[in-house]
Amino acid sequence: MNISYMYSLIAVIVLFLLAYVGAMLPGGEVFFGIIIPYLALIIFILGFINRVVDWARSPVPFRIPTTCGQEKSLPWIKPNSIDNPTTTGGVIIRMFLEVVFFRSLFRNTKMALQEGDKLSYEWEKWLWLFSLAFHWTFFVVIFRHLRFFTEPVPALVELVAKLDGFLQIGLPELRISGVVLLGALMFLFLRRIYIPQMRFISLASDYFPLFLIIGIAFTGILMRYFTKVDIVGVKEFTMNLVTFKPHITEGIGSIFYVHLFFVSVLLAYFPFSKLMHLGGIFMSPTRNMVNNNRFKRHINPWNYPVEVHTYEQYEDEFREKMVGVGLPVVKPLAAKTPEEPEEKE
Amino acid sequence: MTNNKKIYDKGMVIIGLCIFVVVITFPFWFNLGNAAPAPEPKIADKAKAAKECVMPKAYMKVEHMQILNEWRDTVVRDAKRIFVNSSGKEFNMSLTSTCLDCHTEKAEFCDKCHDYASVSPYCWECHIDPKETK
Repeated sequence: MNISYMYSLIAVIVLFLLAYVGAMLPGGEVFFGIIIPYLALIIFILGFINRVVDWARSPVPFRIPTTCGQEKSLPWIKPNSIDNPTTTGGVIIRMFLEVVFFRSLFRNTKMALQEGDKLSYEWEKWLWLFSLAFHWTFFVVIFRHLRFFTEPVPALVELVAKLDGFLQIGLPELRISGVVLLGALMFLFLRRIYIPQMRFISLASDYFPLFLIIGIAFTGILMRYFTKVDIVGVKEFTMNLVTFKPHITEGIGSIFYVHLFFVSVLLAYFPFSKLMHLGGIFMSPTRNMVNNNRFKRHINPWNYPVEVHTYEQYEDEFREKMVGVGLPVVKPLAAKTPEEPEEKE
Repeated sequence: MTNNKKIYDKGMVIIGLCIFVVVITFPFWFNLGNAAPAPEPKIADKAKAAKECVMPKAYMKVEHMQILNEWRDTVVRDAKRIFVNSSGKEFNMSLTSTCLDCHTEKAEFCDKCHDYASVSPYCWECHIDPKETK
């Protein structure tokens, strides 16, 4: 029995209704349009910083990078300087490829039993493909939204919007990113529903962000292509927000406030959720560490001084006795022999 | 033993967080001291005299692009040029000779909102604004 996704779905539906009805009530537009977004952004920024600083306070005394290639060793063995970086440059390249292309996810394999008990690791690229599609289109969608938050609109934003709509399907032009975003989200959701192992390990906190982002994409697409919204009025409103002169533009409609409320909830929820992998990827020791164990000594910062008694000291202490019973010694007694006859005399 | 106050790799963490804050607050500092009031499209005299567009104003405001798209398809594909609006009035389906006939100034009417909302309609890749060429 798995009701995790039902809880999440109900939560998102409740949020939808809350904003939809709330924005119609007197003062609702101010609450959902001004107070909540500002609060959400403050929570997002402070929460994000707090979380990262909290991580930075955890010592990582040992080098624990995941090594995915030949380590640098003898000069005639070719090292893999990106997948097993021994320099900071290598780590930067590795991190860049990880953040931008999800390289480690590309190595994803599916483990399954074949012909009864034969273990096999199968090719599995779908997760990589769809999560890449999701993250990139989500980024493009957010980036395109800068047209509501800047005046004049930077040329790059206009260029991205133009490329995004280059199919010129219908008017307003169909934006490819919106369609791919919703499609990829559906894949990521169905994956958790249809694969039994995934369903088993999926929690409400896995479904909630998915439903929330589906809700954001859905309300956005709804406004752009179907119910329509006064776009100039919306920009007037958002520009007032970012220039700290908050003012409600009348008659924008409830769906817009639902969209805005969903985004606010996502921002406020962000620092306390798994979505923090945005900052976490840069903080993960298995990715951001140089693999130099073999040629640099790393000392545990909380090591306490240990009193040691080395073999040399031990031998010095018991050399005569050792020689006496015929045990082999590293440093022969020869150095001391001149002294012994004197003692005997 | 463990010192919970210490931030490891402090320099790198602070640089990273600074980049984060600067990127996230981009819209706030980009628009600093930059008042951008919403534009008011200028309605040309001829349009004022006509009182009503092919459809009601509220509808035109959000759906004009869809009407133009339908007009184009109907004219180009079906060779039908007559549009009958909700009140039974007939119009010639033409951007240049119907729309621009009343809304004489493209720069003052179309472009004002389009520029503000960063919309670049591809109407003008085929059509010309008669005023612009003069």
